[in-house]
Amino acid sequence: MPSSQPKVLRWLLARGAALQFMHTVLSKRKLSPNVTRLDVLAERIAAIRLPGQFVIVRRGDGAERIPLTIADSDEKAGSITLVIQAVGKSTRELVALDPGEVIQDISGPLGKPTELAEAGHALCIGGGVGTAVVHPIAQGLFRRGVRVTSVIGGRSKEWVIFEEELRRLGEVVVCTDDGSYGRKGFVTDAAKDLFAAGGVNVVYAIGPVPMMRAVAGLTRPLGIHTIVSLNPVMVDGTGMCGGCRVSIGGETKFACVDGPEFDGHKVDFDLLWDRLGTYRKHEEHSLTRHEEACRIGLQKPEGY
Amino acid sequence: MNFKTTAKERLQINRQRMPEQDPIARASNFQEVNLGFTEHLAMLEARRCLQCREARCVAGCPVTVNIPHFIKCVSEGNFAAAAESLLRDNALPAVTGRVCPQETQCEIECVRGHKGAPVAIGYLERFVADWARHSQISTAGRREPATGRKIAVVGSGPAGLTAAGELAHMGHEVTIYEALHKPGGVLVYGIPEFRLPKKIVQDEVRRLQRGGVKIECNVVIGRTYTLQELRGRFDGIFIANGAGLPVFMNVPGEHLKGVYSANEYLTRVNLMEAYEFPRADTPVLVGKRVAVVGGGNVAMDAARTAKRVGADKSVIVYRRTLQEMPARAEEVSHAGHEGIAFEFLAAPVEALGNKDRWVTGLKCQRMKLGEPDASGRRGPVPIPGSEFVIECELVIVAIGSRANPLLTSTCPDLKLDKRGNIVVDANGMTSLPGVFAGGDIVRGAATVILAMGDGKRAARAIDVYLKQG
Repeated sequence: MPSSQPKVLRWLLARGAALQFMHTVLSKRKLSPNVTRLDVLAERIAAIRLPGQFVIVRRGDGAERIPLTIADSDEKAGSITLVIQAVGKSTRELVALDPGEVIQDISGPLGKPTELAEAGHALCIGGGVGTAVVHPIAQGLFRRGVRVTSVIGGRSKEWVIFEEELRRLGEVVVCTDDGSYGRKGFVTDAAKDLFAAGGVNVVYAIGPVPMMRAVAGLTRPLGIHTIVSLNPVMVDGTGMCGGCRVSIGGETKFACVDGPEFDGHKVDFDLLWDRLGTYRKHEEHSLTRHEEACRIGLQKPEGY
Repeated sequence: MNFKTTAKERLQINRQRMPEQDPIARASNFQEVNLGFTEHLAMLEARRCLQCREARCVAGCPVTVNIPHFIKCVSEGNFAAAAESLLRDNALPAVTGRVCPQETQCEIECVRGHKGAPVAIGYLERFVADWARHSQISTAGRREPATGRKIAVVGSGPAGLTAAGELAHMGHEVTIYEALHKPGGVLVYGIPEFRLPKKIVQDEVRRLQRGGVKIECNVVIGRTYTLQELRGRFDGIFIANGAGLPVFMNVPGEHLKGVYSANEYLTRVNLMEAYEFPRADTPVLVGKRVAVVGGGNVAMDAARTAKRVGADKSVIVYRRTLQEMPARAEEVSHAGHEGIAFEFLAAPVEALGNKDRWVTGLKCQRMKLGEPDASGRRGPVPIPGSEFVIECELVIVAIGSRANPLLTSTCPDLKLDKRGNIVVDANGMTSLPGVFAGGDIVRGAATVILAMGDGKRAARAIDVYLKQG
């Protein structure tokens, strides 16, 4: 457990009871300019979560329900790792939480677990914050004895995350757009070379929609099974609202219960990309308002 | 007041009107439409009841409320006695007094309806329930001694809350598991504030909690715990997780931005309070022109909600006519007063969009009524070449919901019918011993009161089952 653990938390932990429903932030670390890692108490979820599953997090009254992939868990500490890209008001408020503070609601683990390869050589491709999502998959594969090669990328060196964690599981190829670290170029360029070398049996690609689309485009002609994780707009996470509907091989599926992982060769990425823009104006408005509130001191900014 | 009213005098009183918020004002706010009877109105209305010896209204009620008795108490001004009687029969009278389709249940049976209007049983129920809430009269009778038996209830909607209340009353230790962050199920995510204030649901939930019921939110059975795990930890289980799986129209354009399921639209506005955006963080799209597909209560709720969040034109698109509409008569009439338009005999064939893939209209086909089907309802028959377009920025699909497979799919031993609903016997028990089910997960999309009836029956059956075991 991190040493940043405050007194009040130790007191709470000593009390033991009802902690399952007290989702206290245990530690916080900034991984890149806009990506933050929070380790949060959620004992039941930590004990049973499987690779590929996610939680729905609601910070407190009036807050949104946000789906977040479980990047890792520590069963002993009873904590799960959430890796959050602070892009809008809701995510910024989440990463503004300090150790000792509490997230009101966490429900899960939700979604179907990853369909993990049994053997062979798996290529795990992570773009941006997607690298944190690919991590539990690589972990699951590694534990099964599958050879894992990770290809991860970011704009520049400071945007690369989870490199150290992935190195424990196998070979890692780092790519940066500006060449400030690792190889210069996109993850797809590095992946292309690895495919040319041969021997890759399965690909797990998680990141921005254009990246996943590009990887699926590369592997389709090669006939390499490719799994992607989709992040559509979601509300309840239990299949109740249908907001997260995606089209897979022409069939409508709900990402929250039928996914979030699907066969990348069957995903209608255009539709996903388009529907992700549904609330763009709302998000901008909310963020501007939030920034204004931070500026005049009504709201706590992200504290690091 | 003279309590010994003669039948002749009773017959001379006309049905009292429910005081309502002004239609123009209410079409832009979320406060409750019906304001409730005053004591005077309630007593006057109660005196209309003829106190039939063979009360047919009671037979029409899914939870067999002793209607003549509580109404008699109201007519005598003895509201405490009315409340005690009502609460003994019905766990959530403040809810059912607002959302029950009385016109097809108790009131249709009322003899006063043969010549004139039936007694306003629903309004009186609501009056008594509200009086009890304000007077803090909460428990009907004393709780039985603790049995030491533990029961899990899956879902905190009307069926789950009713069963939990009854079981706790019988002395069992009850834990409700709710998947969302707030208890109440469809009462909080589905039914809007202007029809059923959330405060009422909250009060009912608190009353149960005071009665010893534990509620754990954010627990998704089938994910957080499996049914098998619950079976290991509890002596009995009641599954009432509802029919939370939206049905879409299956027409082209359904994935356009601006096409919602009613479930999503109402959840955003009700549960997530999107009408407060940006003060609440969850947004909802606002259309100047909104088309709502369907003819049930959910369609009315969606159309009226759309009007309240800013639509100039909100139109219900239904493939049959007013007569066949399954919505409560009062909701249809309220919707009409609020300026909701109705496009009858129309069925959507395509959602139209612009180049940015935002919905711009709903292409419909004109229908005519054909022969009555097995249920006696006349089926819609398409008229070829009759297509027309309703221009709109938002389409809300409210054509029903089906059984959510999240729980049932993780428990293959649980017997389901071909639509995915749980199969139960006459006592509400599933194919698994000690596991009972009720409400929409058994019936498909039905009503609050039928779900409550299931909850009440299942509670009794569980009690008997535990005593046998």
